[in-house]
Amino acid sequence: MNQQVVEKLKTRFGDAILESGEFRDELTVSVAKEKIVEVCQFLKNDPELAYNLLADLCGIDMARSELRFGVIYNLYSLATKHRIRLKTFVSEEDPAVPTVTGVWKTANWHEREAYDMFGIVFVGHPDLRRIYMPDEFEHFPLRKDFPLMGIPGSLPLPKH
Amino acid sequence: METVQAALPRSKILQTLEDLNTNVQFDDALESEMVLNMGPQHPATHGVLRLLVKLDGERVIACVPELGYLHRGYEKLAENCSYHEFIPHTDRLDYLSPLSNNTIYALAVEKLIGIEAPPRAQYIRVIISELARISSHLLWLGTLAIDIGALTVFMWSFREREKLYDLFECLAGARFTTSYTRIGGVAQDLSVSVIVMIEKFISEFSNNLGDCEKLLNRNRIFVERTDGIGVISAEQAIEFGVTGPNLRACGIEHDLRRANPYLVYDDLDFDVPTHTGGDVLARYYQRVAEMKQSQRIVQQALQKIPTGDVHALKPKKVLPSKERIYTHMEELIHDFMLVNVGIEPPVGETYFAGEAPKGELGFYFSSNGKGHPWRMKIRSPSFVNLQALPSMIQNAMISDVVAIIGSLDPVMGEADK
Repeated sequence: MNQQVVEKLKTRFGDAILESGEFRDELTVSVAKEKIVEVCQFLKNDPELAYNLLADLCGIDMARSELRFGVIYNLYSLATKHRIRLKTFVSEEDPAVPTVTGVWKTANWHEREAYDMFGIVFVGHPDLRRIYMPDEFEHFPLRKDFPLMGIPGSLPLPKH
Repeated sequence: METVQAALPRSKILQTLEDLNTNVQFDDALESEMVLNMGPQHPATHGVLRLLVKLDGERVIACVPELGYLHRGYEKLAENCSYHEFIPHTDRLDYLSPLSNNTIYALAVEKLIGIEAPPRAQYIRVIISELARISSHLLWLGTLAIDIGALTVFMWSFREREKLYDLFECLAGARFTTSYTRIGGVAQDLSVSVIVMIEKFISEFSNNLGDCEKLLNRNRIFVERTDGIGVISAEQAIEFGVTGPNLRACGIEHDLRRANPYLVYDDLDFDVPTHTGGDVLARYYQRVAEMKQSQRIVQQALQKIPTGDVHALKPKKVLPSKERIYTHMEELIHDFMLVNVGIEPPVGETYFAGEAPKGELGFYFSSNGKGHPWRMKIRSPSFVNLQALPSMIQNAMISDVVAIIGSLDPVMGEADK
């Protein structure tokens, strides 16, 4: 199954599929960020693949890597019971990824979470606000340079 | 006038509510629109969920949920914990079914490091996961009933839960925060007294659940307050990523225990019940049916459970027993390394999801070969299911909001992480 999916993606998108790999029987495919929406649309609508459930979407901080931030999409197909993982990476200077809320509605909150935690901007997102942290918060807590103990004074406490 | 508005900036959440498209027409609407703040301290929000609701008379025309009141940064913590150290934190995700979270977390880590628990431990994990499911659904049943006004069901379902909590205490040493699984096994074997307690609970459970059903199934108030309320179609539910009983109540037969079998679910005979309707009543029938299946699973697992060890024999991955640590040099060294450095999985990434009582609970790990995960993502079913809430309560009456939130079964510990 994994091989078929990779071949299908490569014949359809060619160079936009940057690399693919398997670990513990799980398929991971890296996609150029410009093509991510099209790839998602294809994976969802292709009748043989039918990855109709976006199980999860999350950000990742690769710290010293040239393309620092990544977005990881865990897709699931209710028809074939198969999973696939897509990845796309962006640089720290321009952490913008096209939104997939148009493909799956569930991406809305997941993308808000990734924005809240990493500062990854999802272009075209209908409501890109912080989801867990307060609106006034200025940092991105899951970035590797954010200290575990927090930053003193970054969360304003109520005055008594 | 402008200066006054500039001096009082609107909060972003209120602005979002104001910006929403609210072109819903009613013939008999009262002329006044009103914004109602519900929560975070509200008994019917089951924790600290906050909803901003825009009302037209008694009808809801828009709703924006606000999360984060219980955000503890577990994903950040996990990056600074070894894989073993994080187990107690999984209790505090969905705190109504800690045993289920423990199990799925352990399975996710085992997948990453490439080991498997011995058969007896796998059967024990099935038993505890299903007991956790019964416990979680019982709480759901009681609180839904009390939200709608049926107090007795709450008392009866909590009486059953009390028995389960006594059982968990005997099993794991704690009623609530069990932390019972270990990477590669479980903390300790089932004792004879626990097996007797489980058998007693399971044999009495049908009758006791039947009593609750008798109070509700033909209860006109209950049925009228739930039938056709909070409807979501199957297509919409998939769009929103809804999983678990909420999805199966829309008629989609999707259960990870059957779809991608893990543990020993393949060897056990059980059905995946579904209901059509996708309303609050369907979710009620769905969860009652699931409890009956869980009971079947526990009964079979107790019969089939093999004898043997409950820890995998992988000295560099699995914590040794305390007795061996105190008497053997090798085990002492392994224990020291596992506690101080942690398990060092290969470089790679995995996603494992299991069927928790609320839906698909998944853990994504990205490992760089160190003892701590480079990134861990918790895919919590409550978080995802809650996203479908605004579309469910749009156009509902304000009194139904309580029933609809209850029927979704959100646990904020898990939704907020």
